[in-house]
Parts: sequence; C-alpha cells; structure tokens
Amino acid sequence: MTDGSILSLITFLPLAGALLIAFVRGDEATVARNVRYVALWTTGFTFILSLYIWWKFDPTTADFQFVQETEWLGSSINYHVGVDGISMLFVILTTFLMPACILASWESIQTRVKEYMIAFLVLETLMIGVFCSLDLVQFYIFFEGGLIPMYLIIGVWGGPRRIYASFKFFLYTLLGSLLMLLAIMAMYWDAGTTDITVLLNHDFPAGMQTWLWLAFFASFAVKMPMWPVHTWLPDAHVEAPTAGSVILAGILLKMGGYGFLRFSLPMFPLASADFAPLVFALSVIAIVYTSLVALVQEDMKKLIAYSSVAHMGFVTMGIFAANQQGVQGSIFQMLSHGWVSGALFLCVGVIYDRLHTREIAAYGGLVNRMPLYAVAFLIFTMANVGLPGTSGFVGEFLTLMGTFMVNTWVAALAATGVILSAGYALYLYRRVVFGEIQRDVLKSMKDLNMREALTLAPLIVTTLFFGIYPAPIFDITAVSVEHLVANYHAAVEAHQTAMGGGVLTHLAGLIGIQ
Amino acid sequence: MFSAIVFLPLLGFLTAGIFGRWLGPRGAQIATCVPMVIAAILAAFAFVDVGLQGETYRIQVLTWINSGAFEADWRLRVDTLTAVMLVVVTWVSALVHIYSIGYMSHDPQQPRFFAYLSLFTFAMLMLVTADNFVQLFFGWEGVGLASYLLIGFWYKKPSANAAAIKAFVVNRIGDFGLILGIATLFFTIGSVDFDTVFKAIPELQDKTFLFLGYDVPVVTTACLLLFMGAMGKSAQFLLHTWLPDAMEGPTPVSALIHAATMVTAGVFLVARMSPVFEFSPFALTVVTIIGAITAFFAATVGLVQNDIKRVIAYSTCSQLGYMFAALGVGAYEPAVFHLFTHAFFKALLFLGSGSVIHAMSDEQDMRKMGGLFRMIPATWLMMIIGTLALTGFPFTAGYFSKDAIIEATFAGENPAHMFAFVMLVVAALFTSFYSWRLIFLTFHGQSRASNETLSHVHESPMVMMLPLVVLAVGAVFAGMAFSDLFIGKAHEAFWLSSIFKGPDNHVLHDMHHIPAWAIWAPTAMMVIGLAVAVLFYLVKPELPKQLAREQEPLYKFLLNKWYVDEIYDFLFVRPAFWVGRLLWKQGDGRIIDGLGPDGVSARVLDVTRGVVRLQSGYLYHYAFAMLLGVAALATYFMFGGAH
Repeated sequence: MTDGSILSLITFLPLAGALLIAFVRGDEATVARNVRYVALWTTGFTFILSLYIWWKFDPTTADFQFVQETEWLGSSINYHVGVDGISMLFVILTTFLMPACILASWESIQTRVKEYMIAFLVLETLMIGVFCSLDLVQFYIFFEGGLIPMYLIIGVWGGPRRIYASFKFFLYTLLGSLLMLLAIMAMYWDAGTTDITVLLNHDFPAGMQTWLWLAFFASFAVKMPMWPVHTWLPDAHVEAPTAGSVILAGILLKMGGYGFLRFSLPMFPLASADFAPLVFALSVIAIVYTSLVALVQEDMKKLIAYSSVAHMGFVTMGIFAANQQGVQGSIFQMLSHGWVSGALFLCVGVIYDRLHTREIAAYGGLVNRMPLYAVAFLIFTMANVGLPGTSGFVGEFLTLMGTFMVNTWVAALAATGVILSAGYALYLYRRVVFGEIQRDVLKSMKDLNMREALTLAPLIVTTLFFGIYPAPIFDITAVSVEHLVANYHAAVEAHQTAMGGGVLTHLAGLIGIQ
Repeated sequence: MFSAIVFLPLLGFLTAGIFGRWLGPRGAQIATCVPMVIAAILAAFAFVDVGLQGETYRIQVLTWINSGAFEADWRLRVDTLTAVMLVVVTWVSALVHIYSIGYMSHDPQQPRFFAYLSLFTFAMLMLVTADNFVQLFFGWEGVGLASYLLIGFWYKKPSANAAAIKAFVVNRIGDFGLILGIATLFFTIGSVDFDTVFKAIPELQDKTFLFLGYDVPVVTTACLLLFMGAMGKSAQFLLHTWLPDAMEGPTPVSALIHAATMVTAGVFLVARMSPVFEFSPFALTVVTIIGAITAFFAATVGLVQNDIKRVIAYSTCSQLGYMFAALGVGAYEPAVFHLFTHAFFKALLFLGSGSVIHAMSDEQDMRKMGGLFRMIPATWLMMIIGTLALTGFPFTAGYFSKDAIIEATFAGENPAHMFAFVMLVVAALFTSFYSWRLIFLTFHGQSRASNETLSHVHESPMVMMLPLVVLAVGAVFAGMAFSDLFIGKAHEAFWLSSIFKGPDNHVLHDMHHIPAWAIWAPTAMMVIGLAVAVLFYLVKPELPKQLAREQEPLYKFLLNKWYVDEIYDFLFVRPAFWVGRLLWKQGDGRIIDGLGPDGVSARVLDVTRGVVRLQSGYLYHYAFAMLLGVAALATYFMFGGAH
C-alpha cells in the first residue's frame, strides 16, 4: 500500500462493500443479517483505514497530501485526489459516523435491508469523494451524486410525508447545483483547467468573481443550509430514517461549509470580501430566527433540525470573518456539530424505536426508566448548548472571537444564540426526560441496550475528549488555515492598492481592517 | 498539592457518578466525602503557604484551545485571592458533603446527589484557579451546570425543573456579556491570558474602539460587559430572579452553591479583574450603584417573605449587593473579606434552616412553625449565632466585614458612594429586622404547626450538627481572627499583587478616618431592627398583620418581589414564544415555503391545469386560437415592419 492510493482505497472501499452486498443471496432473514454484518465490517474497516491518513498526515505544510492523479475524461479532466488540513478531518468524520449509522439501522430497518445498506455504502463513497476531490468536475459529480442515495433513503425508508420531503430536498439542492455547474464551465473557459490545485492559484477577474461566487453560493447556501433556504432541512430530517438524519446533519451539511472554504474564500477572495456582509446578515438571522423557531417546536427532530441551522450560522459567520480564529473555529464547529447533532438524532431514534412517535408531548419522565439514556442525552444536549468542556463550546466560542474582530454587531447578535440555545435545548430536555411518567406506555420503556450503548459511547468520548483537549484538531488545521487566510488577505489588499483610496476605505470597512 | 485540591473532587465525582449504582449510598458518600475532606485539609496548607508566606504558583496542566494568537491552556494560578477562595470553597463544600449524609439519608438517589456536589466543587475550583478567561469561563459554566442539575435534583417536581431552567438561562444572559467582554479584551489586546491582559490595560486607558457602531472606551466597555456576567452569577438586581427560585433544590445545595460559593463568583471575578476595573472609574461607579440597589431591594423583599429559605435567599442576594458596593468604591479587600465571613454564617443559616426543615417534616412555611426553641435547642443556638453574625453584632464575623464595607462607602467622595452608604445603612436595618423575624417566627411564640408534625420534631443527628458547629465557630471568630490580615495592618503583605489598586485608591486607609456616627450607624441600625422585630413578633404579634392591611399596596408590592418576574414574563418570555411561533408558521410556512418550493410546485400545477383545459378537443376552439394567432402576427408585422 503506497500513500498515493490510500485515498482512493478509502473512497472506493465502501463501494466494493456495496457490490459484495449486491451479490448476497438466500432467504430474506439470512440476507438481512449477512448484509448488516457486511456493511458494519466495511464501514468499520474503512474507518480504521482512514485513521492511517491522520497518523501519516504532515501538519506542517499547507500542501495537498496523499495525492494521486491519473487521466480520466480526455486530456483536461483528470481523476485527482488529495487532502490538506481543511479537508482531511472531514474524511475522518465521514468514516467515523458511518458505523454508528449502520448500527442505528440494525433493528429499525426491516424492509429492503439489502438496498438500504447499498444506498448507505454508495453514499459513503460519494461523500468521501467530495472531500478528497482535487478536480472540479470530479468534485461536482461526487457532490451532486450524493443527492441520489439520500433522496432514495428519505423517499423509500422515510416517514409518511417522505415524498413531499424528498421532493423539497431535491428541488432546493438541484437549483443550487445547476448554477454551480454553469460556474464550473465558466471557470474552465477562463482558466483552461478544472484542476483545483491550479485554480487555487488562478486570479479570476474581479467582475467574474462576483458571478462565480454567487453561483457557488447558491449551491453551498442550500446545503449548509442558510436562512432563508433552510426549510427543506426540518422536513427532510423529520421524514428521514434515523441514520439518514445522522448523515444529513453530520456530513451533508458540512459540504456547504467545506465548499466555502475550498472554493469561495480562496478562489474568489474579492467577491468574498464584498459579500461578507451579506453572509453575516444571513448568519445572524439564521441564529436568532431559527433558535426562536426551535423554541416552539413540537417534534423532536424538527427542533434539532432548526438548532442545526442556528449552529451552521456560527459556521458561515466564522468562515467569512476570514481570520485564524474564525476559520479554525468554523472547522471545529462543523466537526463537533457532526458528531453532536448526529448523536442527538441517534438519541431521538432510540426512543422513536420504542414508541414510534417523535412528538415531544408524548414523552416525559424518561429518566425514571432510562437513567443511562438520560445521561447520554444530557451530555449531547449540553454539547449542543455549547457548554465548556464539551466540543460544542470550542468552535462556537472561537467563531465568536473571530467575528468580533471583524464586526461587533454580528458577534453581539450571534452571542444571543448562547442564551436562546440554552432555552430551547433545556426546555426540550425537561419535557422529554424530567418529570413524572404520565402515560402507561412509558412505564415499560427499556433503557439503552448493548447495541445502542455501543453506538453512543464513542460519540460521548469524542464529545468530551475534544472539548477538553482539542489540540489534535487544531494542530491539523492550523497551517492550512493560516495559508488560506494569508492568501485571502493578500489578494484583497493587492486589489485595494490597485483600486486606490476611495474603494480602499470602503472595503476595509467591509472586512474590518481597522 | 494544588492539582490535588482541584482534581480530588473530580475524582470523587467520577467515582460516584460512574460507579454509583454499584457503590450504593454509603459507597458514594465515602467516595466523595473522603477526597473532599483531604482537599479541604490541603487547602488549609495552601492558605498558609500562599497567603501567609507570600508564594504564588502557576501550574501548567494541559494545552487547550490554541488558534493563532488565541491561546488558552489548562493552567492553575494560585495567589492570595485564589488561596482565600480555595479555603472557602473546599471547607464549606466538605462540611456540606458531610451534612448531606444526614440530610439526604432518606433519598433513594444519593450517589447522584453526591456526584453532583463534587462536580460542582471541581468546577468552582477550576473557576477560582483560572489563569485565563477561557478557563474561568469553563468553571463559570461548570458551576452553572452543577447548579442546574442540583436545583432540578428532584426532577419529578415541575417547579424544580422550571427553577433549574430559569437559573441556567438567566445566567446565560449574564454570560452573553461575559463572552463579549472577553472578546473585547481579546480584540484589543490579542490575548486571553490574565497576566498579559493586566499588563496591557494601563496603556489602553484612553483608547477607544468601535463597538456596535459607537466609539467607546475600551476599558470601560470591557468592564461593564464582564460585570454583566458577574451580575448574572451573583444574582444582582435585574438578573437576580433565578436565585430565590433556586431554593427548590435540596437545602445543602442552597448552602453550598446559592449562598457560600457559586453566587460569590461574580464578586471574585471583579476582584480578580481589579487591574482592569481600577482603570475605569465609570465602571466602578456602576458596580457600586447596582450593588447598593441590590442590597436595598433584596432586603425589602426579605422583610415579608414567609418561606424560611426564601428569606435567607433574599438575604444572600442583599449581602452580595454589599460586596459589589464595596468593590465599586475600590475596597476590594473588604469585599473579599465579607465574601469569606459570609460563607461561614450564611452556610450556617442555610444548614440550620435545613435542620429546621428536617425536623418539621419538610415544612418550609414559617407561618406553620413557631415555638421550636424548646424542641430543637441546639439548632436554635446555631441559628442565633448565624443571625448575630449576619446582623453584625459586635465582635462576630459580620461586625468586622459588613461594617468595613459600610465605612468604605462612606470614605469615598463620589456622590454614588454616598448613595451606596445610605442604601447599605438602611439595608442593615432591614437585615436585622428580617433576620430576627425569622428567628422569632420559627422558634418563639405559640406553635402553629399541626400536632402530627410536632410529634415528629427531633434534633438532627450528629453528622448534621457537627458541620453546624464548625461553621458557627467560623461565624463567631473568623472576623476577629482574620480582620488584621484581610483589611487591617497586614493587608498589603497578605494580598501582595493578587489585588491591584491604582495610585489614587486610598480607601482602605481613609475608611479608618471617618466620623464616629458613620462608624456606629450600622450597629445602631442592627439594634433598632432587633427592637422592632421584638415588638412585632414577641410583644404585639397582631401589629404586623395590621400594618400589612393598612399598607396593602406596599405589602403586595414587596410580597410579589417588586413584580420583576411578572414583568420579565410579559416582556421577554411570552414574546419569545410568540415570535418563535410567528416565524415558524408565517415566516417559514407561508412566506419562504409559500414563495419557494410549495409556490413553485403550485404554479407548475396551475400551468399544467391550464394547458390541460386548452386541449378541449373542439375544432372551433383550435380554429379560434389559430385565428387569434394570425391576427397577432399580422398586427406585429404591420407595426413592427413600419420602422
């Protein structure tokens, strides 16, 4: 095994697992059992393999590592993969969450198990591919390809309104992706290549940057999702099976943030500087608006979905603060939100499997029967609230610090999210977990079983470990982010010097250089 | 040694928390109490080493958040201020742990209770040993979490759950300020490390920066934002509403968290930030005014409350106001001194009232007590000692610390200081009155309890009385023993650099040179308060009812705590839910979805429906359409072609 092909191996191993599953034969029960184990082993092994790149990763350079490049479509579009400090941890996050998803689907999925597992493994390949791609066309294929299995997972194994939800999901994301495709074509015409490593050093004309930025923004903002294109998310979450929600919140949402960091900020720095106020405004609205909406939700999954939108507001805000704290905080926030919101959806799944409702009012007093569950849910709730000592705090706090340096209004308004998140999260926890048991069905609820405990335990460990000792993550991201931030500011300043005084002060105001 | 003090409670928490179900109640008690007692003993040594011999320490534990210029490590900082807090926290915590063995003996969930107590202690120790703002914030939020868990310990009670959420959310409002305060300092100085910040502050004295569109002075803004955090944690006026409700928690919790330690974190914060606050006279004035208002406000509410714990809760709130008033006039040492003595006598009062509640089969309403003096004389004695200390009876702890605060406010020249002096003296009168009212209503006069309850009244077991005795010794002698060290001749050698004072700050000197009447005013107030209480509740018990009837609006106003809760509910809580629902149903549902995906699909359907209608199958429909088309084309070419 050479370092050159390790990324491809990680990317396509799940696909191989899917192929294997496709050939499993026998009666239904045997197939289901074997398929589950194949999927679990595949995802587990992929995760262990992916740790190899973390182990071998060189954090002292901003260059792409584990690079592999071969000809693919004609002369200009190559198969080109590699990771840097920004993308590497997202690969790990993906492989880390997948086994949990398989375990969470162990008993709750009883129909079409084979197809379900195939969909998930294909999805894993596509998601890893997104974070590894160093070619624009290849990126686009992985990025949009992920839509299809997710669409199927919601549409086939989802709840009663699954058709509406998957349609909404598709409509939103399709609109964004079409614009992005146009932008990719335009970039190819201007730069003559679709190689991301080359494009990162290509200077797009200022006027063109604006349009390209907007086109990419349309796609990433929907994925994120940013206000006001967030309404697909609550519906998609509510209808998706538990594992689908975990992937949706844990990884698919991160593709938007990753896109901003990989494309918008480094390739279109001037447009990013111009549009930063827009992003700030939308982020702050997202934080305040969706937190208030989360407060009044009656469905657990919807509440967590809305809180996800609020948390992603911190991410977009931090990214466009475009300083070390903001960007590193955003990456951390995305990773942390990946396992915390994933775990919260798993927690909802645990009680949904027992009672088959997500309505908050149907529960109450769970702590009496499920003390272990209450502890796990409390830890993730506190991480969601951003309590120091959990991973939820680090990213939120750093993005606030980074943003404050750029725009105090944005930071101050976003900081109200600190109050509101405590409100909706604890209000949810109280209604579900505390109190006396009122309904008879709740009296027979069983605490976490071995499988559920094993699913949640790694997430608890991760949440607490990186809350107390986040250095491993910051070590990985530091140099790449420094590089990104430095290039960004260099480009913006060079442009200002070229434009002269009047615009200079204007732009300085925008990006907050005092 | 210092690491052991801080991390022993964590060990206790983890042991009792994880293995509690196997250890059982006795095992959990041992697993938490033993580390706690060891920590308390070590803290006494630390006090000698740091406080008396003048050592200071920085102990690196682990790197934490490290992003560009933003560097925050897990590091313990031990100077005199920390050493004082270490003693207060570990001693009160150890005593409360021991007391709880008796108090919680009937509770089925003891491991959980003891684990939370230890968790709280750990977080509080992290707070007082913090060497940077982020670790401070960790401790700050950690004690908030423990407080939330302990207030809601009896999770079956809806009122306890509501109080727990309220405590956490109101504290978060303060945290909002604290976070922005930290951000201000990080933005202007580029560091969150205490020493770096303290060193840079003098140069920032006249600097301004753009905050929310206004050009504001850096230091004052940072101070006011930090103070907002202190107001939340220390239940100062406007952010005080959570503290009385927090009495839903078990009484040992009230003693430890909501009297002796956590609520004093705000006082500690301002004292710790003395190198910053000293450079903003304006911020200090605000601190004094808020403190004075709180001292007065809480004392007035305390006059009429009927729940024994709530009276003491408002008393705590009021005493915290005293401490802030002192901080604001630059008298940091008396403030911390009062924090120190207050921890003893207020914990004593709370644990004593816990002993009463325990004896009365969980009755907390003083209207249903009375005449307990003969039945539980030991508890009565403890409560009397606590009350004497609180009201500032000569030579008890409160006499030294509280009166020092009042003198310090008088020594200032600022009109705000005079305002504070007047408020605090009046509050001293009220304090004396409500404290003695509590004693008389509970222990004297005719009993108003049912015979059923009275037959169960018993003195508390040894394990509960012992902590009371230790605290009582502190309440009597702590003032006498430490007054020289904290605020007297030896204070400079004691505090060293842990408290910074500007060159113009001579308040500790000036307070010894004020007129005699100002010195004796608080003592006189104490006597008057006692006399009125005797008259109202021993000599003529019908007087208070009569007065309440005559002054009904005022009585209602005080009884309902100035209606602050109602105002907040109307102004903030309900609108938040209302706006949330509006944004959800109208914003998301009607506007975004209506114009977005649902709108688009509906329009597509409309269009297709229209197209379907066009295909009617009648020949003359098609012929008519063709004719229209031809006419339109002809018209277009005639007019368009003319150009």
